[in-house]
Amino acid sequence: MAKHRGRGIASVNYPIGMNLGGDPSQALVHATPTGKFVVTLSSIDLGQGMKSVTRQLAAETLGVPIEDVFVDTADSDTGPHCMGSFASRGTHRAGNAVIAAAKEAKEVLLEVAAEELEVDPKDLELDGRGNVQVKGAPSRAISVRDVAQRAHFKRGKSISGRGMFLVPPSDVDPETGEMNPVTTYAHACMVAEVEVDDETGEVTVLSLKAAYEIGRALNVKLVEQQLVGGAWMGISHALYETPEPYYPDRSHGPTDFNEYLMPGPGDMCPVEIELLERPALDGPYGAKGIGEMCATPPIPAIANAIFDAVGVRITEMPFTPEKILRALDAKAGR
Amino acid sequence: MTRAVRLELNGVEVAAVAEGGENLLTLLRERLGDTSPKAGCLQGTCGACTVLVDGEPVLACLMLAEAADGKRVTTVRGLADGPRLHPLQEAFMDGFAAQCGFCTPGMLVAAKALLDREPRPTREQVIEAIAGNVCRCTGYTPIVEAVLEAARRMAGRRG
Amino acid sequence: MRIRKELFADERDDDLRLVGRPVRRQDIEGHVTGRSTFFADHPVSGLLHLRCVRSTEHHARIRSIDTTAAERVPGVRRILRWADLPKKAHNILTIFNFGIDDEPALADGKVRYLGEPIVAVLAENPRAAAEAVAKVRVDYDPLPAVFDVEEALKPGAPLVNEYIGRNWFRYWGDYDCQQIRFGDVEAALRSADLVVSGRYQMSPIEHAPLETNGCIVVPAEDGRFTVYTCTQGLFFSLDNTAAQLKIESNRLHFIGGTVGGGFGGKVDTVVEPLAVLAAMLTGRPVRYVFSRAEEMQVSSPRGAERIYIEDGVMRDGRIVARKIIHYHDAGAYSRLSTYGTIKSAAHHPGPYYIPNVWVDSWCVFTNRTPSSAMRGFGVTGGDFALESHMDVVARAIGMDPMEFRIVNAYRDGDMKAHRKLTQGAALIECVQVAAELAGWPLSEEARRASSRVGGGGERARIPPTPQSRTRAPAAAGRGEPLRAGVGEARRGMTPPPSWTGGQPATAPAAAEPGRREPPLRESERREPPSEPPRSGSGHGAIRFSSVFGSRRR
Repeated sequence: MAKHRGRGIASVNYPIGMNLGGDPSQALVHATPTGKFVVTLSSIDLGQGMKSVTRQLAAETLGVPIEDVFVDTADSDTGPHCMGSFASRGTHRAGNAVIAAAKEAKEVLLEVAAEELEVDPKDLELDGRGNVQVKGAPSRAISVRDVAQRAHFKRGKSISGRGMFLVPPSDVDPETGEMNPVTTYAHACMVAEVEVDDETGEVTVLSLKAAYEIGRALNVKLVEQQLVGGAWMGISHALYETPEPYYPDRSHGPTDFNEYLMPGPGDMCPVEIELLERPALDGPYGAKGIGEMCATPPIPAIANAIFDAVGVRITEMPFTPEKILRALDAKAGR
Repeated sequence: MTRAVRLELNGVEVAAVAEGGENLLTLLRERLGDTSPKAGCLQGTCGACTVLVDGEPVLACLMLAEAADGKRVTTVRGLADGPRLHPLQEAFMDGFAAQCGFCTPGMLVAAKALLDREPRPTREQVIEAIAGNVCRCTGYTPIVEAVLEAARRMAGRRG
Repeated sequence: MRIRKELFADERDDDLRLVGRPVRRQDIEGHVTGRSTFFADHPVSGLLHLRCVRSTEHHARIRSIDTTAAERVPGVRRILRWADLPKKAHNILTIFNFGIDDEPALADGKVRYLGEPIVAVLAENPRAAAEAVAKVRVDYDPLPAVFDVEEALKPGAPLVNEYIGRNWFRYWGDYDCQQIRFGDVEAALRSADLVVSGRYQMSPIEHAPLETNGCIVVPAEDGRFTVYTCTQGLFFSLDNTAAQLKIESNRLHFIGGTVGGGFGGKVDTVVEPLAVLAAMLTGRPVRYVFSRAEEMQVSSPRGAERIYIEDGVMRDGRIVARKIIHYHDAGAYSRLSTYGTIKSAAHHPGPYYIPNVWVDSWCVFTNRTPSSAMRGFGVTGGDFALESHMDVVARAIGMDPMEFRIVNAYRDGDMKAHRKLTQGAALIECVQVAAELAGWPLSEEARRASSRVGGGGERARIPPTPQSRTRAPAAAGRGEPLRAGVGEARRGMTPPPSWTGGQPATAPAAAEPGRREPPLRESERREPPSEPPRSGSGHGAIRFSSVFGSRRR
């Protein structure tokens, strides 16, 4: 009776956005009379950071401080259509829509500023601190606030923009399956290290080490949130979770958090991650989506590590102590 | 059967009428308008409704409203000192220790109870203190780190 | 967490001001102060509480429903039945003209899974609602139930869903599963040095968000209904609710966006239609929130999947053929499983260049809780199977599993099985970086490999592909004609004896490969197809889109 260590790997890719496309998102951006910006969406923030990442994209594109932008979502009377927050599509689809809307608003902003400064709009840039300035001559500048004031009260111009992003829908050939599922994929490779107790059948995940290629990390801490939280969920899927423990038998179904098992804070292992950025051609600043892929690689990596540790191949999720003990028994001819 | 319940909620004396058998969570959320404790399971298994009653962490879904009569109840809304947030709240913000935010109020209250009792907790103590609070998003690591960071900051301020 | 900026640096403009920075979350202050407003936090007075009577049977006809005692419970205001529904059956994809309306919001005289809602009680408080639910008497006439996907496909299996009419979903008119056909898999399996088979099973998984599914509906002063909801798709749920109630969509005003976790479990739009209907019929605000037990057992889980893989591999590590049969357990109703099944087919054979690929991806109905989307929908189960199998195959040929993945990884310019060229590949680099992180030694050749080099050319070709349409055995049994010239032999559902299907999956020997000769199969005796193999852009393709639905091109 002993504890055995093993390592396993998994490498995966993940399709970004709804399969076969045809899933649009829209965004509206407008300036207040004092030069602050509101992004209006109907996209959903369910914890992944939708409000935050779209705010950052709008501020980057507009060229204004992050504090000058707030995102308002989701009210169907004010926010334009978004297909929804699923399929790793939020950052990619809504992000692109926000960039498009911000660009359109910025065009008006620069147009008004150019009239005020009596220059060509093409010669203007934003300094990121709330001013519009002449490229190469920062002393010739006007604040965004003043531009907004003039646009509203003097020139009667709306500093606003509309954005939309749609991956055109794809056909499917029913015979060959020829189709265009998505336009871009994220990638990952993970190494899991586990310890398997051959007396209890329990598996302890000692560490997860992974490389994730995600196009562009728009906010490195939001990325970390997804990847660490997703790693936890992957461990949970691998070792604990199911509402039907004896699938396809329907009995023994858990109905609360005492019976539906998940790892607690004491069960979480160190997760070491390095990011790669190969920009998606059609991603917002090259970004892909990471909300779903992160929970996948721990599952096969742990299965493979269990085999490496004790030589049994668990082919049914979750990898419960019972399954591991039965497999060890079978291996030993018991 | 209804019953008048008087209690001190986040430093303010309040009163409400509770239905017989009503739990403290319903009293707080529906009668007193403090929706910060969340109803995640109503079975005492998720921790999202954790509040302090006379300083002790309690699952508000399992406590009868009338049992809180005459007690001091603290929710996450009582953590801040006026506009100044509690170091735990600051550390959760800086450490990206919340995603959907649904477990966060209960998590912060459970952590507050720990730091009140044990200002310099070990990692194991933090883990034990929040072990009854389910988080489905973060993987717990940033939460544990944030509680430890808050303890460090508070120790530094006491200096 | 480190970013390896040196990789793919030439493809990026890194001169950005805010992008990349760890800017604090916009919603974080609300979260830590308890001020974030979730749907249940909107103060609404005068609420009616909705609670459903749920089936205690897996599959049964309903003889009678007696609500007399329930109606006498003080505080009970109304009990909704199937007869009250404006639309008698619905599916959330039919608003985009895809799929079949196959699910009644309340039982239509039959229940098809344990926990299916039968009638809905509206009461002044949750306790009265619960008491009334307990007092509704339902008289069942139990029917045989089927729980296993492969059992469900056998001739004579109990029919789960009469709206669908068979225990599997038909794609594009008359295809029994979503197919991928790329190259000649059977020939490639015959010529492979080794054939390795495996069977993998993912049990259902519950999303378990901390906030359960729910909504609050308030009749508004302008004759509309305000719906506070935790949906993951605001307009998706709004439009589906309107369709199900047969009202104009602008009578609904949905407010949400701050959601206590979803993971795909808040897309199905199960609570909103009943709650709005209840508000319409009573003129009162209505609250319908799943209990934790309902969330665990009645809300749709990530569906179970069973995957059979057969790989043909050469001694040098190249996978030359991959054949997959992938069963998705949809439960009793379609929900989004019809979509996930296509997605799973598109995902195979994983991030690898394999010149011969065959996939049959099935959407199968059983008498269990309808399954639906969850984080990694159509991918998670497949990746568990594929990446477990990659390990099995690497061991079978005695190759390091990292090296094995690099050898087979797709590269820019490679043709994928769904006949689109690979671009932006980065699997090789991920394997290299992970190996480095884990201190896993790689050969010089593996370290030098690149996603940007070595793809395309011969690997960009679409290989000649024999036509072969898979038919469900039950369909054949009904005498439905096979298309002329299609001589496909293996009927897929029962894996050949060489496969490991049917054995206890946890038995260590089950999925581990042994060297064997590729078996002679029926398929090898089949007649050559009378039509030339199609390649390139197929004719007669059918358009599927979320917006325009399906139609012949």
